[in-house]
Amino acid sequence: MAELLRVEGLTKAYPGVVANRDVSFTIKAGEVHALLGENGAGKSTLVKMIYGLVRPDSGRMRLRGADYAPAEPRAARAAGVAMVFQHFSLFEALNVAENVALGMENPPPMGALAARIRQVSDAYGLPLEPGRRLGDLSAGERQRVEIIRCLLQEPKLLIMDEPTSVLTPQEVEILFRTLRQLAAEGTAILYISHKLEEIRALCDTATILRRGKVVAICTPAERSARELAELMVGEALTSPARRDRPQGAVALEVRDLSLPSPIAFGTALAGISFTVRRGAVLGIAGVAGNGQDELLLALSGEIRSAPGSVWVAGADVAQAGPNARRRAGLVTAPEERLGHASAPDMSLVENALLSGAARKGLVARGLIDWPKARDFAEAIVQRFDVRTPGVGVAARALSGGNLQKFVIGREILQDPAVIVVNQPTWGVDAAAAAAIRQALLDLAAAGAAVVCISQDLDELMEIADDFAALNGGRLTPTRPVQGLTIEQIGLMMGGAHGLEAGHHDT
Amino acid sequence: MLRLEKRPSPSRVWTAATPVLAVVLTMIAGGVMFALLGKNPFEAIRIIFWDPLFSPQFASYSRPQLLVKAAPLILIAVGLSLGFRAGIWNIGAEGQYIMGAIAGAGVGLAFYPVQAWYVFPLMVLAGGFGGWLWAMIPALLRTRFATSEILVSLLLVYVAQAILASMALGLMRNPEGGGFPGSRNLAQYPAAANLELIVGSGMHWGVVAALIAVIAATILLQRHILGFQIRLAGQAPRAARFAGVSPNRLVVLCLGISGALAGLAGLFEVAGPAGQISIDFGSNYGFTAIIVAFLGRLNPIGILLAGLLMALTYIGGELSQFLLGLPAAAIQAFQGMLLFFLLALDLLSNYRIRWTAWGGR
Repeated sequence: MAELLRVEGLTKAYPGVVANRDVSFTIKAGEVHALLGENGAGKSTLVKMIYGLVRPDSGRMRLRGADYAPAEPRAARAAGVAMVFQHFSLFEALNVAENVALGMENPPPMGALAARIRQVSDAYGLPLEPGRRLGDLSAGERQRVEIIRCLLQEPKLLIMDEPTSVLTPQEVEILFRTLRQLAAEGTAILYISHKLEEIRALCDTATILRRGKVVAICTPAERSARELAELMVGEALTSPARRDRPQGAVALEVRDLSLPSPIAFGTALAGISFTVRRGAVLGIAGVAGNGQDELLLALSGEIRSAPGSVWVAGADVAQAGPNARRRAGLVTAPEERLGHASAPDMSLVENALLSGAARKGLVARGLIDWPKARDFAEAIVQRFDVRTPGVGVAARALSGGNLQKFVIGREILQDPAVIVVNQPTWGVDAAAAAAIRQALLDLAAAGAAVVCISQDLDELMEIADDFAALNGGRLTPTRPVQGLTIEQIGLMMGGAHGLEAGHHDT
Repeated sequence: MLRLEKRPSPSRVWTAATPVLAVVLTMIAGGVMFALLGKNPFEAIRIIFWDPLFSPQFASYSRPQLLVKAAPLILIAVGLSLGFRAGIWNIGAEGQYIMGAIAGAGVGLAFYPVQAWYVFPLMVLAGGFGGWLWAMIPALLRTRFATSEILVSLLLVYVAQAILASMALGLMRNPEGGGFPGSRNLAQYPAAANLELIVGSGMHWGVVAALIAVIAATILLQRHILGFQIRLAGQAPRAARFAGVSPNRLVVLCLGISGALAGLAGLFEVAGPAGQISIDFGSNYGFTAIIVAFLGRLNPIGILLAGLLMALTYIGGELSQFLLGLPAAAIQAFQGMLLFFLLALDLLSNYRIRWTAWGGR
């Protein structure tokens, strides 16, 4: 097969994080090429560079032997590169043909376009009626609209970003047939996913990214899901030294927690059970979108669950709201620090009040004690080394790492019995991340129960005593981190076959 | 080309300066409009802004009118501003104003001709309750069925107007009125009248209520946890849920408060300046108060000033119609310009405008 795209030494750094470091690989014409990696491994940045959305800091690309440096997606499309995004850009009030026309440079007249859509949808087995209103279509049918929009431009390279995350198994089958047919006709497909079985079934070659670097290029069909998981998770994981922290009474118990997701395309929680003792750290791993956000909302009290499903220090709080749970000793720090954990346009004093009111006694008979709230904000800033000109500035003026220190510090300084944090060090520089982890460990040493939901396995290995993984809204049984092998972790996370076997042999 | 750049923190200077600048720009644009209508723009602006307060000929009549007109606007706008801050859009204050007047006047008329101290207080309670009840319809429909409170509250204005007409023609018609539509004149029924507290000042109980509302709302927003929750819900709804704010509770509360205040405004109007329930009792105070709320930047003190300013343009507008023969539509357009410039300039407090070369990124 002829070489289509060659990527040489691409590097892209953002403040505080190197998204891609010296990435090189080639895609051949007619090949289905997988880009595999955990969330945050740099897959999205890489394809954005190929599609002209992001400019690399260094490195170069060659498309069909010619230099290729798209300044914008339009240039990429003109060169024969098309992309189907994970999140669709479609208008619900318009019909299929109108939506397709909106994404084209020179759309033909509607009648001709509808005929072309029918023709392409027949040719590739993607049933789609041009006249139907988009609002009436399923997620899979919407994706077909995006795919057909790309195919009408007869691309040489089709990039698909986690295309199966919104599809039913039947729709996945149809999609795979289409992709195989396209590949057979000579179109190369760059397929981004972290679903191992899918990649083994579909892809000819896989480039595996970890922390922005290419760690392996292999033929997925020749590797087991187990091996791919290990490559994805990496072998640089250090097993933690045995920590001896006295563990006390059960502080948080979740019993058979099931919830539909409040978020569109979210993951429903199914039968989640775990316990955390005082002084212990439970690490919950999992690839994003497997129910982490929903679990945090169910624990914070933003969504209520069935009575008896959440217990704090022996009291049933499943039907209690966020402030009642805070008073019971359960505090939480959501993943999205700007907009969820904090109000962007409010000052740090107001944001300290936001979750600190209940436990720090900042409100008496309905009236806010502003001097006390200011003291609390200043204490957080000082104790957690938050870099800010003062506590009067708006939260959005702080850098990500500093705001993260503030929102985690705000919860820690409330001296909780249980703290639940979601992605506590996401997008935070190394020094701030280390400070946050240490603070969580100190809190555990002081006798609090800590639940850390994170995609960063190294982080979990560093701080957790027990380990579980979220997978499609289900939680694996909790196991001690001590003695857990990398292979077992990868399988617990990846949902690959052999997971059950992995459970039984230890 | 012009480019907008978000400021890290809202600019305090611009937040304070934009209302003044908006008034100045309105005067300029309005002046141009008046000139195009063939009137002397300077004279028109003077008649609108200066004569009602200081002209020896008109001021003795217009100055009390300023308070009479500003009080309902301020009272309603303060209530609306709480909801607007929380992202709850009560557009139907006009309907709540009418229903408050009907409920309050109904109580007064029921007691007629009893002379007792408790008649007026009961009417005040009934007025607030009537407005509150009318606002509970969009509140409950939104919390139960997720309907849009914007549409429901607005459409209920027309229902209230229909009820008002039926009351004026039927149930509440003055039996001694010789068959003319309209109720008994409450201003002539001492136990129920909302009289001037200081003769010739325009100061009636509605003005007192408006001042109390301004002070209470200031304390609520600055010191009370509910005020914090209202601001939080408007700025960052997800953070509000994280802070334990129940969105439904806020909807009921904010619509309730704004409805009750609009109802009170209606009662004070019907028992005082208007005097009776009549077909044309509704005077669009409920809609104008929306402009007042935004003109005052949803801040109680700002609303106090904006209410006085808006009342001034009303009185001055009437004066200019009378003196210069300006069409009523021109005065409405003038008031519309005020809101337009205010909202457009609002951008400056959160954004900075930069001039960049063509093609720059």
